[in-house]
Amino acid sequence: MNHWIAAPLLLPPLVGAIMIISMRHHLELARVFSVASIAVLLGISIGLLAQSATGAIQVYLLGNWPAPFGIVLVLDRLSALMVTLTALLALPVVLYAIGSDWDRRGKHFHALLQFQLMGLFGAFLTGDIFNLFVFFEVLLIASYGLMIHGAGKRRLQAGVQYVVYNLLGSTLFLFALGAIYGVTGTLNMADLSMRVAEMPQSGSALIRVAAALLLLVFAVKAALIPLHFWLPASYAEAPAPVAALFAVMTKVGAYAILRVFTLIFGPSVAVTEGIAGPWLIIAAMITLALGMTGVLGARSLGRIAAFSAIGSMGTLLIAVGLFTPQATTAALYYLIHSTLAGAALFLVVDQVRARRAGIEDHLVPGPAMAMNGLVAALFFAAAIAMAGMPPFSGFVGKLLVMTSARGHELVWLIWAVILTTSLMAVVGFARAGSLVFWKTEGSTAANVDTPVQYLAFTAICSLVALVVLLTISAGPVSLFLDAAAAQIHDPVAYRDAVLQGSGGQPQ
Amino acid sequence: MEYLFSSAVGVLTAGGIYLVLRFRTFPVILGISLLSYAVNLFLFASGRLALNVPPVWQGQDSDYTDPLPQALVLTAIVISFGMTAVVVMLALGSYLTSRDDRIDMTSEDGAASEQDPEAKR
Repeated sequence: MNHWIAAPLLLPPLVGAIMIISMRHHLELARVFSVASIAVLLGISIGLLAQSATGAIQVYLLGNWPAPFGIVLVLDRLSALMVTLTALLALPVVLYAIGSDWDRRGKHFHALLQFQLMGLFGAFLTGDIFNLFVFFEVLLIASYGLMIHGAGKRRLQAGVQYVVYNLLGSTLFLFALGAIYGVTGTLNMADLSMRVAEMPQSGSALIRVAAALLLLVFAVKAALIPLHFWLPASYAEAPAPVAALFAVMTKVGAYAILRVFTLIFGPSVAVTEGIAGPWLIIAAMITLALGMTGVLGARSLGRIAAFSAIGSMGTLLIAVGLFTPQATTAALYYLIHSTLAGAALFLVVDQVRARRAGIEDHLVPGPAMAMNGLVAALFFAAAIAMAGMPPFSGFVGKLLVMTSARGHELVWLIWAVILTTSLMAVVGFARAGSLVFWKTEGSTAANVDTPVQYLAFTAICSLVALVVLLTISAGPVSLFLDAAAAQIHDPVAYRDAVLQGSGGQPQ
Repeated sequence: MEYLFSSAVGVLTAGGIYLVLRFRTFPVILGISLLSYAVNLFLFASGRLALNVPPVWQGQDSDYTDPLPQALVLTAIVISFGMTAVVVMLALGSYLTSRDDRIDMTSEDGAASEQDPEAKR
């Protein structure tokens, strides 16, 4: 067994626990440990990504119990990709939190961040559906702490909404898991996949209910309409580095849909046919339209960033909902892109907030802020990427999604929605940007001594650089994603790897 | 027994959903607790209901009950207990800072003018 697979789950809680016990009053020390831990995690995850690129599905048996009985971690291309993306996002986020002193405004920022990372890595690596629930809870409870970091009236109010909404989602998740266990008698995803595929058509009502409930739960996470209400307020009110990290939280929902509705309730499974695909595409198109309408109508940059995150989830879930290997490639490419671009946008908005005393990020003309040029350039780079215009990877991503929709019966509708909403996003971002950055009035005297946060700008620039890198290397990246998509759409290989490959290798 | 059990789950769920849709945080938190009780019972029942049988097969018993759902329920209870504590603390914090326990966000965008600088730093 390859013990490196367990490392992303062990390192963050260990570092987090040490921070809480011995560094609670030493912010500098906690910063060093936090950055070091994330850098090591990034190294490990790149190593795992390289291993997964060979195509072998590796299984890690916790406690060395054979597969359907014990809990397993599974490393395939998809999970390795998600783990690497999370680590890649976490590094600029923690640098930004340090550079902008966000971590000084409350306690235990870095410890909570480590536990959040543990939950994310666990959700991506686990091969057991109850364990998926547990890791969802781990990442949620850490995110509750991060969400209200620094406190404040509106942030606490938004935090209550966020927590209540997600608690209801967790309850639904448990109902779904109870129904699944009651019908199939297993919670291992590979084993489930086999049992559901063999299930007779008669008496399958309960498993269909369970599948629909799971879809709802993941839709809550992915902010799919009509379950998106928690997102705008939470993301707009959350501390900027946290909102940037949350860019990958909605992707957990997309990941879970992609995993469960290809592996267990896949398109070829007769019992649960028609539950995910058709509904998902329609809901995703409405989500996209609503998100970009929000971009057009919002009155502060924070809310614009939040609504553009909803819109990008719409585009992503259209591609996920097509459930073909080609569309999955497009979905994964767009997933990487929208995570990085969304995070960059949230961080730039925070820079605007910090520079406009009194009016913060509201769309009203104000005095020219310090370093107006650089902030404006970064905002427009992030906005162009989010809107999906050339020259950034959003354009390539949208092109891939639209190409993969070709052949689907709703192709014209999908194209029309994507193109129209792109236009709306461009108009919305352009309006907001020109109002905030160009239409300046009043004295600039108040803003002159804003200290320059080099580390914070390095973090934002590195996110934008990653987006550029993703655009330039679209060819090699999509080759890897093609292989990942092929692996996702081959549940038999996953089953064999987990159920047979693991039994006969005692350590 | 099945009828009693399932109706208990149903009543708890119905009560929970009713309370969750209320306007103020206290009923909502009560509703979430009721829902979590309902789901714990439901999880417990997913291993089938049985009376007076051991959870681990000893070799001479004729029957045993599935121990896995009991372990799942234990996990779910621990998690929902922790989450309830978190949401109570959050709601208290929210109430004490804003002197208002409404669950929705009031004065959505008009908050810019009345916002005190201390609140959002």
